Amino acid sequence: MTEVDITLTVNGATRTGSPEARKTLADFLRDDLSLTGTHLGCEHGVCGACTVIVDGRAVRSCLMLAVQAAGSEVTTIEGLGPDGEMGPLQQAMWDSHSFQCGFCTPGMVVQAAAFLSDHPDADEQQIREALSGNICRCTGYQSIIDGVLLAAERSREGSARETA
Amino acid sequence: MKLPPVDYEAPRTASEAVDLLAEHQDEASVLAGGQSLIPLLALRLAQPALLIDINGVRELSGVSVTDGWVAIGAMTREYVAEESGTIADAVPLLAAALPLIGHEAIRSRGTVGGSLAHADPAAELPAVARALDAEFVVRGPSGERVVPAAEWFEGYLTTSRQPDELLTEVRFPAAGPGTGVSFQEVARRHGDFAMVGLATSVTLSDGAISDARLAFAGVSDVPARATGAEELLAGRRPSAELFDQAARRAASDIDPPSDLHGSADYRKKVAAALVRRGLREAVDNAQERQ
Repeated sequence: MTEVDITLTVNGATRTGSPEARKTLADFLRDDLSLTGTHLGCEHGVCGACTVIVDGRAVRSCLMLAVQAAGSEVTTIEGLGPDGEMGPLQQAMWDSHSFQCGFCTPGMVVQAAAFLSDHPDADEQQIREALSGNICRCTGYQSIIDGVLLAAERSREGSARETA
Repeated sequence: MKLPPVDYEAPRTASEAVDLLAEHQDEASVLAGGQSLIPLLALRLAQPALLIDINGVRELSGVSVTDGWVAIGAMTREYVAEESGTIADAVPLLAAALPLIGHEAIRSRGTVGGSLAHADPAAELPAVARALDAEFVVRGPSGERVVPAAEWFEGYLTTSRQPDELLTEVRFPAAGPGTGVSFQEVARRHGDFAMVGLATSVTLSDGAISDARLAFAGVSDVPARATGAEELLAGRRPSAELFDQAARRAASDIDPPSDLHGSADYRKKVAAALVRRGLREAVDNAQERQ
């Protein structure tokens, strides 16, 4: 078995490890770094629960080896809000009662955060498409979309106030 | 499931990767974006002794134009291709298909060469490559060879790449004036593999169709050209009636599979509808580009 020494940045902090080559980034985050906010649903790239941000792009951490993240900047659900507080997207989703059992939550929030940072003016259809790769088994999709729409709306109002 | 134990090499150059392939042959799998290979490992459908990770091989990424061809490095990620102005201008059919691949998070990692080497017959890029007669550049221990798309796809997840060869580049012909395109697909959800997909490219000259290319995804073990319908269209003036004839011909020429996503009969009906839609959109697009 091949173990590989890696150094990467996770939620702003430098982390090191020696994962086996076959270990996915998801398992490395959860088992080696104790960042269990990233959930594993299907473990073969279908459900989206393990979505994290790598170098600014949403990726499925079960479809990427930990060794491949060497030198990268990774943001997980734990890194989205400041110091254990909720970020604006999380607050908007909280206010919209977006989640039921919570299993799909980290993947949904991380995917939505990555999408909104590139598409702050997204409409409902674009948000639905962006989240189409994330499965919620409670099937509470409507309230999830509502939460992301609310976050987009608040961010637009906020930037309108700043420029006014 | 967790991935099976596997050895791992991360070469920095294409020749190092080819040396590793020559040494390990079909005991090794080439890891590009991993969006198909890692699920195959997790499900034990593939159990290579060695992964040759080419993500660090810089020379395999990039988009360039030479002599009317657009060359795309095999490791070029799908989102990079999707954002490429060169591809949008010169290979509009590819540009139309790219956003339909999987989901955003899949295209963050997935690569153009990886999808074409994986050769899933229901995937978008194989149909585009087949429609446009793309060329596949592979490198082995004895040098490079170029394989036309018609000879690349040999069967379900099977290409004519030899175990000691690495796909390094795929070349697509640049679309000329008067060429219009359309990529159509029907899937249960956005991002799912299509039940049927269709890549269409039509060239108009003096108001008549001088070249029509139709390639289906999801109707056979390889991406399939609708040659009967293409011949029927050649030299004719576009009309709703002509598109209808082509749709009937294309649907009667295919023998799609039945599975839990749809019956063979349903797929034939979808195929006919996609031919009508594809031709309408491609001809409109061609008239705009004249």
